Amino acid sequence: MADNQKSNLAVLTNGIIKENPVLVLVLGTCPTLAVTTMAVNGIGMGIAATLVLICSNIVISLLKKVIPDSVRIPCYIVVIASFVTVVQFLVKAFAPDLDKALGVFLPLIVVNCIILGRAEMFANKNSVLKSALDGLGMGIGFTLALLCMGSIRELIGNGTWMGINVTANLWDPIIVFLLAPGGFLVFGSLIALVNHLTKGKGVQRKEFGCAGCPSAAVCKAARKEG
Amino acid sequence: MKEFAMIIVGAVLVNNYVLSKFLGICPFLGVSKKLDSAFGMSLAVIFVMTLATAVTWPIQRGILDPNGLRYLQTVVFILVIAALVQLIETAMKKYLPALHQALGIYLPLITTNCAVLGVTILNIDENYTYAQSIVNAIGSGLGFMLAMVLFSGVRSRVEAAGDRIPKAFQGIPITLVAAAIVSVSFMGFSGIVDGLFK
Repeated sequence: MADNQKSNLAVLTNGIIKENPVLVLVLGTCPTLAVTTMAVNGIGMGIAATLVLICSNIVISLLKKVIPDSVRIPCYIVVIASFVTVVQFLVKAFAPDLDKALGVFLPLIVVNCIILGRAEMFANKNSVLKSALDGLGMGIGFTLALLCMGSIRELIGNGTWMGINVTANLWDPIIVFLLAPGGFLVFGSLIALVNHLTKGKGVQRKEFGCAGCPSAAVCKAARKEG
Repeated sequence: MKEFAMIIVGAVLVNNYVLSKFLGICPFLGVSKKLDSAFGMSLAVIFVMTLATAVTWPIQRGILDPNGLRYLQTVVFILVIAALVQLIETAMKKYLPALHQALGIYLPLITTNCAVLGVTILNIDENYTYAQSIVNAIGSGLGFMLAMVLFSGVRSRVEAAGDRIPKAFQGIPITLVAAAIVSVSFMGFSGIVDGLFK
């Protein structure tokens, strides 16, 4: 358990840069692509997921000795789903616009592999404080990546940033960036940029599959057979 | 009949789950390298989506709604889907070993596939009737299959390019860019439902 020797600060910053869940580990692709049409939506999604991530990491770390190993995944899912429901209602009550913008992706935080992945890889092996910090760091990393995607797509696709007019009057915005193809294109280019800046060492996941996801073993079997 | 046809065409071509709603991206990019595994995965997804809808719709309308328990939707649905997938796998292993050989390896992946949870929640949000929900689930699954099969063809050409791809783009980035281009082709279908049926 090398993680135990890490200082609290290292645990916190780990998720923001070194192991950024979106741009380095390439997890949680669905919400990353779907909600980043506007920078504000990206931040909203990021904060909602961060809340769930911190709370579920704390509870799972507290319960790590109680939960039997053979049924741990269903237990994690129950904990995560409960916090997602809480966050869902908080957003509905205090930010109805955000609720509309995120739509089905708000309840779908349950199946976001970042959260299940952190529960499996970090929270069930580490202390409560470290797990909370890890959740916070990963959440900030997720939020920053979404903000980055959202800013690029909003600026090119709509000519605005955070709703403020930037280039909308200068030239016609390229609307396709707000649509599905733009999401794929911007995400692919961002990962290529990280690859380029770090000379290919940055992006840890070279292939899509389920590495880092709790069902990784099954994924490998699937790929071998396929 | 017309409304069912509209739902199917809409789910397969216009609001394709993968290419325009961004649900189920992980398996779409992960298992699309070879045509036969893409096909097997999509069959398993169609199967589980339809069954999950068939089970969750009555639970929502029969148990959760009348008792004021709507807030339990997310928790109940994900648990039902997880249990259902486990049950299908066990039953298939015992009674349909040949089918299990073909689809079994994909089944556990599907529990955390957001397309399955997504379709059950969207069916409730859209206020579909039971029959409409089932048709929508089948249509969404078919749309997933169409996207997977088409993309596996594109993928094999991309893989063949090998080292001619710029270094920074090798691996995940070029896959995403290829997905963007496939997704552009699906934009051509927007408005087709109105054109065909109204």
